[in-house]
Amino acid sequence: MSATPNEQIAIRTRVPAPPRQAVHEAAHGGGAMPRPGAGPVEQTEAEPKAKFSVRNLEFYYGQYHALHSVNIDIPELKVTAIIGPSGCGKSTLLRVLNRMYDLYPEQRAVGEVLLDGGNILDPGQDLNALRARVGMVFQKPTPFPMTIYDNIAFGVRLYERLSTSAMNDRVEWALRKAALWEEVKDKLRKSGLGLSGGQQQRLCIARAIAINPEVILMDEPCSALDPIATAKIEELIDELAVNYTIVIVTHNMQQAARVSQRTAFFHLGNLVEYGETAALFTNPTDERTQGYITGRFG
Amino acid sequence: MAPEQHIVKSYDDELHHLNDVVARMGGLAEKQLIDAVDAVMKRDVDLASRTVEADSRVDALEREVDDFVVRLLALRQPMARDLREIVVALRTSSDIERIADYATNVAKRAIALSQAPVVRPIGAIPRMSRMALMLIKDVIDAYVERDAEKAVRVWSKDEELDEMYTSLFRELLTYMMEDPRNITPSTHMLFIAKNIERIGDHATNIAENVYFLVHGKPLPGTRPKGDTSSLAVVEPAPKARVGRGQGDAGA
Repeated sequence: MSATPNEQIAIRTRVPAPPRQAVHEAAHGGGAMPRPGAGPVEQTEAEPKAKFSVRNLEFYYGQYHALHSVNIDIPELKVTAIIGPSGCGKSTLLRVLNRMYDLYPEQRAVGEVLLDGGNILDPGQDLNALRARVGMVFQKPTPFPMTIYDNIAFGVRLYERLSTSAMNDRVEWALRKAALWEEVKDKLRKSGLGLSGGQQQRLCIARAIAINPEVILMDEPCSALDPIATAKIEELIDELAVNYTIVIVTHNMQQAARVSQRTAFFHLGNLVEYGETAALFTNPTDERTQGYITGRFG
Repeated sequence: MAPEQHIVKSYDDELHHLNDVVARMGGLAEKQLIDAVDAVMKRDVDLASRTVEADSRVDALEREVDDFVVRLLALRQPMARDLREIVVALRTSSDIERIADYATNVAKRAIALSQAPVVRPIGAIPRMSRMALMLIKDVIDAYVERDAEKAVRVWSKDEELDEMYTSLFRELLTYMMEDPRNITPSTHMLFIAKNIERIGDHATNIAENVYFLVHGKPLPGTRPKGDTSSLAVVEPAPKARVGRGQGDAGA
């Protein structure tokens, strides 16, 4: 009997496979009150471990100073939302977390970004290895012009050699995890471009998780989607957060309120306020935060 | 017909939790009234004190509901029926907290009453209490089941409780006039009866909330009110004349 997809990944990376907890086990455990925006029940806990520690990060687009001395800890296995008006630096920060800006020579980051203690801004950092651990989903769904099956298999093949049956298992696993399997299982050899917007976005999420990252970065993943498709992605985020750390940039602050446990508010390249989502949206400490979330400026 | 569940399941979990806390409050308030009236009838000072202390549990649950409702409003942006659910939960928990407060007041009076002689009209208290308990139980059931018709029946039944109060009011005035030693216990009983009558009023508030939750419109019509005690005037009975040859007047 071949190893399950998780076991295969564990063999490859020699890291324990992530636990497969049922969302509802977590939701009904402990008898604690479910907190809005928390997805599964948030147990009262000690300070969670930081997945990313950003220290004194400055970012430049050529001469333009886009991020000013950002210090933030992104907790593990939680959903962290980044909100703020247009041009405030939220997508910029996201693209630092997987060194996506590296594709463009005039863009540079100064400071430290620690992923599990290792500085990813280090010149010696292997970018492919980084991007295998930190996946990304974009605003506009970007399925490859290939079959649904190959959309998923393509990324996996870059990192692993799998037999056909093992690859089939991996594709199915990723599509199930992205809540897309039932809808596409009979048309895996059809083009990914033939799916609806919401389905394409879920395909992109399946593609990202197929290589078993630890973090999923989402840059306004629902902006192009209607309310039902958006709700399905939000439910999916609730489920994924059990196994993955999620960082989501959104200009829709109501979505940030619904989906995240921590929220960071950026303004003009500065981190203005960062805290527990419920606290930030019911009683923010900074006037600028209050002004933005009540629609008084921005 | 719209599906029962939200796409985002955690939202449903939260609404169920809110419902559960309110239902639990209802159960506690019922128990408070049962224990309070028990303490009165059995002249049990210990039970009365324990009942007074237990009120803090209901208060704590009301604060929990308050906090949770504010978070839900901020983080879920509820619409339509979800919005009514959440607003009605807030109002209902407030009414239940007042019911528990009135029951606690009854328990406090039990302590004073136990130091005074037993009063003849005391039998009316358990009768009023049974009626009030039925209103509480039925209206909490109506809330949990989202049953607007059941709520409307509770709403109309309160008139009977009001009438019981009015008649007890008059009886107690008469009793006080018979003998000044009756005044202290009768006055405590008046307050006890008034507290129970107010419990009925809060049950009808909850009934109105449930109707609004289900139909999205307030209950039409004004509530029938049977409490006319504010108009009650009782004159002392004319003294019997004992004259020559008349013997005992009456029995």
